Amino acid sequence: MALLEVEDLAVTFQRKGTAPVHAVDGVSFTVAEGQVVGLVGESGCGKSVTSLALMGLLAKRGVKVGGKALFDGNDLLTMPGSTLRDMRGSEMAMIFQDPLSSLNPVIPIGLQVTEVLKRHRGMKGEPAEKEAADLLDRVGIPDPRRRLKEYPHQLSGGMRQRALIAMAVACRPRLLIADEPTTALDVTIQAQILELLKELVAQQGTALIMITHDLGVVAGLCDEINVMYAGRVVEGAARRPLFASPTHPYSVGLLGSIPRLDAPRGEKLKPIPGSVRDNIAWADGCAFAPRCAHRTDECLDGPPALVQTYTGHAYRCVNPVTGDEVEAVTAAATLPAPSIVDATTDSDGEA
Amino acid sequence: MLRYIVRRLLQLVPTLFGLSILLFAWLHSLPGGPEAAMLDVRATDAKRAEVRAALGLDEPLIVQYGRFMKRLVRFDLGDSFTTGTPVMEEFGRRFPATVELTVVAMIIAICAGIPLGYLAARRHGRIFDGLTVTGSLLGICIPIFFLGFILKAIFAVKLGWFPSLGRQDVDVNATRVTEFYVLDGILTQEWDASLNALWHLILPAIALASIPFAIIVRMTRASVLEVLGEDYVRTAEAKGLRENTVRGRHVLRNAMLPVVTSIGLLTGGLLSGAVLTETVFVFGGIGSFLATAISNRDYPVLMGFIMIIAVIYVLINLAVDLSYSVLDPRVRVR
Repeated sequence: MALLEVEDLAVTFQRKGTAPVHAVDGVSFTVAEGQVVGLVGESGCGKSVTSLALMGLLAKRGVKVGGKALFDGNDLLTMPGSTLRDMRGSEMAMIFQDPLSSLNPVIPIGLQVTEVLKRHRGMKGEPAEKEAADLLDRVGIPDPRRRLKEYPHQLSGGMRQRALIAMAVACRPRLLIADEPTTALDVTIQAQILELLKELVAQQGTALIMITHDLGVVAGLCDEINVMYAGRVVEGAARRPLFASPTHPYSVGLLGSIPRLDAPRGEKLKPIPGSVRDNIAWADGCAFAPRCAHRTDECLDGPPALVQTYTGHAYRCVNPVTGDEVEAVTAAATLPAPSIVDATTDSDGEA
Repeated sequence: MLRYIVRRLLQLVPTLFGLSILLFAWLHSLPGGPEAAMLDVRATDAKRAEVRAALGLDEPLIVQYGRFMKRLVRFDLGDSFTTGTPVMEEFGRRFPATVELTVVAMIIAICAGIPLGYLAARRHGRIFDGLTVTGSLLGICIPIFFLGFILKAIFAVKLGWFPSLGRQDVDVNATRVTEFYVLDGILTQEWDASLNALWHLILPAIALASIPFAIIVRMTRASVLEVLGEDYVRTAEAKGLRENTVRGRHVLRNAMLPVVTSIGLLTGGLLSGAVLTETVFVFGGIGSFLATAISNRDYPVLMGFIMIIAVIYVLINLAVDLSYSVLDPRVRVR
């Protein structure tokens, strides 16, 4: 059995007097123990909301969550708040986008690490301090004892994210959700953080859900990739098949819009025309249709069904892209170069 | 830290110097003079001039100012024109009353305002929130003297739960040590006297607390609402911390930063005298005395009191800044 089985997850935001917004509209995917799964899509596709719904971190009022999310067979969406609170930080943990705003500015790093240890592992005093220092050391923060006494504003961006990772993995969670953990960091630090996550999940056997809009990130990290559009997964596949033969026109578009070093000089990037606001409701047809070059009248005949191929590839499209066209768009059936550079050197800046 | 405090205290000197000039010029440019208050309206011009000369007001302003400064460096503020007692003594006798009133009023405002503001924020957009916001608006709108009279009419006159005026019952035979009546009772272990003084404080303090209370409620509510939406609160929730830890350590601690500043400023405001409250409850603080001094053109009292209040204001601001640096590591002072 998979560690996490998300079935038909739906999140609707509704405020009195306004039309409901279906931020997540029937998302299904599974995460196996120790697996790295990517949730990819552009801003507003519902990937962050999905993760917040899984963690139970969405506001209670004005939000309707439907579907199922079985963690170890127990539904995260219906379990009592106190049980979920016990699981958060211990069984499942989360890393956020902006490390500075995600850390409490008026509390030393040390306390922000030890409070997790105290809450879930009952550790106090010197043992907790020592464990916190070990954790910081493990995520590659030099001189951890001193850093424990420092405040978030005294750390560099990369170190802040490392500290947040330390807090997240403090109780060796079985599932880690990383919501665009590298977006706020510069490129070399991004690579180091990704490498660190990769190492940690491998060492601890933690499953990781990587939420990103950066296909370069998933290429270097993920076993399984789910491409989301307008609140639904439009294509899901293992890493190689997805990059080698993307089927949904949206995935193809995403791949085509990655800048490549081996592209001929002067060649322009191929953006996906329009914006995520141009979509139509899934009930009326394929939400991507207004922006899709493959659009036919059939696309507007209700939501496209999920097609499962025998290779484990799944897509939601009535006019899937064939191999030849993919070739034309992505230039070659190779993976984009993983944007991981050697991260063993810790040049992660001074406070 | 120490250097910072010393530097701030040294800044007081030019501040006070500037203030003294402005104040002196302003007071002496007011129409009329102390002789008008002292003499009958039918007094002759010669009589007026005589009184002015006796008070030393016939000399050029610059000379008068020089005399004031000369006394000031010896911490002598002169004698009141109306009572004849040294200004320092007048201040020393009245200020404790104002301090007691301010302290009790601020305790009421803080103890009621912060929890209420916090709860309103937690119940944002619900009935409780609406009631709190409206209620606090009422607190700002109701004139203090009106509120004072209503409190007096209900709780002192009708129900008889509280005394209606003064700082202590006249038949209480209390030993004076510090002029802080409540404190005196504690020091001399005359508990009855202390309690009696405290009892006299309640109604005026409630009346005086109405505005600070309303401001603190609104500041707290707005600040908590802002902090509740911060990423680090989400992080704290994601760590699975207990609700009380999230609230106390992550929400309240951060939300208190702006509230502390306003508490400091409000306290400074109250210490400079609550004329209306003191008048309604015949509470002998500096507020009512200052108000009389203005109409009497009692220059030494006005100069002296306002200068001392300015010093207190600066000290309170310093205390606020120092407390800020303790609460928020990002603004640590050097």
